[in-house]
Amino acid sequence: MKTLKIDELSKNFGTTEVLRKINLEIDEGNFLVLLGPSGCGKSTLLNIIAGLETINEGNVYIDDYNVSKVEPKDRNIAMVFQSYALYPSMNVRENMIFGLKQAKVSKEKIEEQLQKVSKFLQVDALLERKPSQLSGGQRQRVAIGRALVREPRIFLFDEPLSNLDAKLRVEMRREIKKLHQQLKTTVVYVTHDQTEAMSLGTNIAIMNHGVIQQNDTPENIYNKPSNTFVADFIGSPSMNLIKGNLKQSSNQNSFVANGSNFEIPINGYDFKEKSNLENKEVFFGIRPEHIFSKKSNEGDFEINLRADLSEYIGHEQIVTFDYENQEVLAKFPSTIKIELSKNTKLYFDLTQISLFDAKTEERI
Amino acid sequence: MQDKIHTSYKQLEQRSKYTNMFLRWFLYLVLILFALYFIFPLYVMIVTSLKTMEEIRQGTLLTWPSGLNFDSWAVAWGGRGYGAGDTFLKPYFWNSIKMVVPAVFFSTFIGAMTGYVLTKWRFKGDQWVFLFLLFGCFIPFQAILLPMARTLGVLGISNSVIGLVLVHTVYGIPFTTLFFRNYYISVPTELVKAARIDGAGFFKIFFKILLPISAPIIVVTVIWQFTQIWNDFLFGSTFSFGEAAPIQVALNNMVLSSTSVKEYNVDMASAIIAGVPTLIVYVLAGKYFIRGLTSGAVKG
Repeated sequence: MKTLKIDELSKNFGTTEVLRKINLEIDEGNFLVLLGPSGCGKSTLLNIIAGLETINEGNVYIDDYNVSKVEPKDRNIAMVFQSYALYPSMNVRENMIFGLKQAKVSKEKIEEQLQKVSKFLQVDALLERKPSQLSGGQRQRVAIGRALVREPRIFLFDEPLSNLDAKLRVEMRREIKKLHQQLKTTVVYVTHDQTEAMSLGTNIAIMNHGVIQQNDTPENIYNKPSNTFVADFIGSPSMNLIKGNLKQSSNQNSFVANGSNFEIPINGYDFKEKSNLENKEVFFGIRPEHIFSKKSNEGDFEINLRADLSEYIGHEQIVTFDYENQEVLAKFPSTIKIELSKNTKLYFDLTQISLFDAKTEERI
Repeated sequence: MQDKIHTSYKQLEQRSKYTNMFLRWFLYLVLILFALYFIFPLYVMIVTSLKTMEEIRQGTLLTWPSGLNFDSWAVAWGGRGYGAGDTFLKPYFWNSIKMVVPAVFFSTFIGAMTGYVLTKWRFKGDQWVFLFLLFGCFIPFQAILLPMARTLGVLGISNSVIGLVLVHTVYGIPFTTLFFRNYYISVPTELVKAARIDGAGFFKIFFKILLPISAPIIVVTVIWQFTQIWNDFLFGSTFSFGEAAPIQVALNNMVLSSTSVKEYNVDMASAIIAGVPTLIVYVLAGKYFIRGLTSGAVKG
């Protein structure tokens, strides 16, 4: 049984297609993050799961039960919003029990739930306050509390941390992670922040233009992006994508960048499909953090590139190199001295590379 | 060198202090002059209403009354008690109250509802509905007189307070809708979403979530509607006559129909009586009026 299943779901706003044939499944207790740039449809998808938005095609199942036409309140879900959406005229207590009161839960049960949750979230001292008298972090906690008291099957989070300042955001991120570890409730979490997605999710679904680009574990998303969009979206700075061709000879596969005749051996690469590789136009993907200034692994590949630009950011530096008129970024500890406008010896960790078809932009 | 710089800064400081002081006093002077200019008519009205006709004939506009003489106020409010032809404000004052209270209530309530629907329950073509409603704000009073008279006739409520309530409610809806729509548009829609997930329906969300945070805009709307309806003369004089007339119509009749001498003191007292309710509303709620007009909405 899947806690949540989305089947061939499509959604239009007028003539604009917002979601196209979305398929998703979440197992009990998992933490799914919907990640993507703004306008990719992730919030719409969340609203559809909540029942706040209608569906044009496809179905949503919660515990194998088709809820596509079920009212939000009857879906056994709870949602936390970006603006917290606490009812301004009610105090914390009234905010938290509003849903239970609507559901006609008995007074004793409501009180019991309220005590339990408010202690758990450490908002029990704030019960009589109005939302306007709370700090950002407290409001966030109360909003989570309002979701918790209902003991839902699925928690929906819609960019809950983006209104907080940087420091508080990191704190609340950890609290949400702890919360999930303790409660083990299924979560669907929308964000555009890759760090949030990576650190919270057991699964990440990366979306763009209403299509899921890749739905995988954070490790696979980072190490084996399924297309250039994902490769580019995840990581900071993002993956270098060097344009070039594949070359196949009897015992060796290699990559040759455009404008050069220098061969980078890629024998160790795990191709999805081994045929038709000769002369294929590809993007050679390597992350800045997998380029080193010293040989650190036996398999590291030595290459000479000219350093053009160095950006110091405290604990590390990002250096831009020129590879036959294509930019290649590398990330080094800031203690290393790199001379600009000079050729520098670099070492590519070839076990960490990705190759993409230049036409389809898919991983090969 | 150091000292030199020091002293010159001191001088500059002094100079800017004097300039600021001068500007401040100048500002006060201008403000006081304007205040006097605006309060002058009211002064004349009050002073005149307290004089006897004798004093009015002999003195000037500005002369102080000989004593507090409220006779003309009593006449304006309760008449002289000689039956036919004796027009006084009391019954018409209550007519106006009976008209203005329900008309303000209904137009405000309906405006809040439409504003709520237009912002939080968007539907296909809602912006057209809003546009047409907005159009209603720009239709001059005169243009709707004939169709409205016909409508009231068909409904059988012409020349009645109920008829006037209907007219004012209908004519007020475009304005009240505009107010509430602009207020609710800045209230996060996530509030409504959260309430829907919590199981609240259309009316519950309106009454429990939105209405309790609408105090500023309710005050603005009430003041606006109250002033409009209370001070209306055209609708009142067109759709009512005789005993069903509101106070502004009665005031007009009273001032114009006096056959013998012009009783300026009674006229002034009547005019003040007719204007006082709006003043009271402003004084009681004016603070919120400014706040409501300028405030965005609730955050968080």
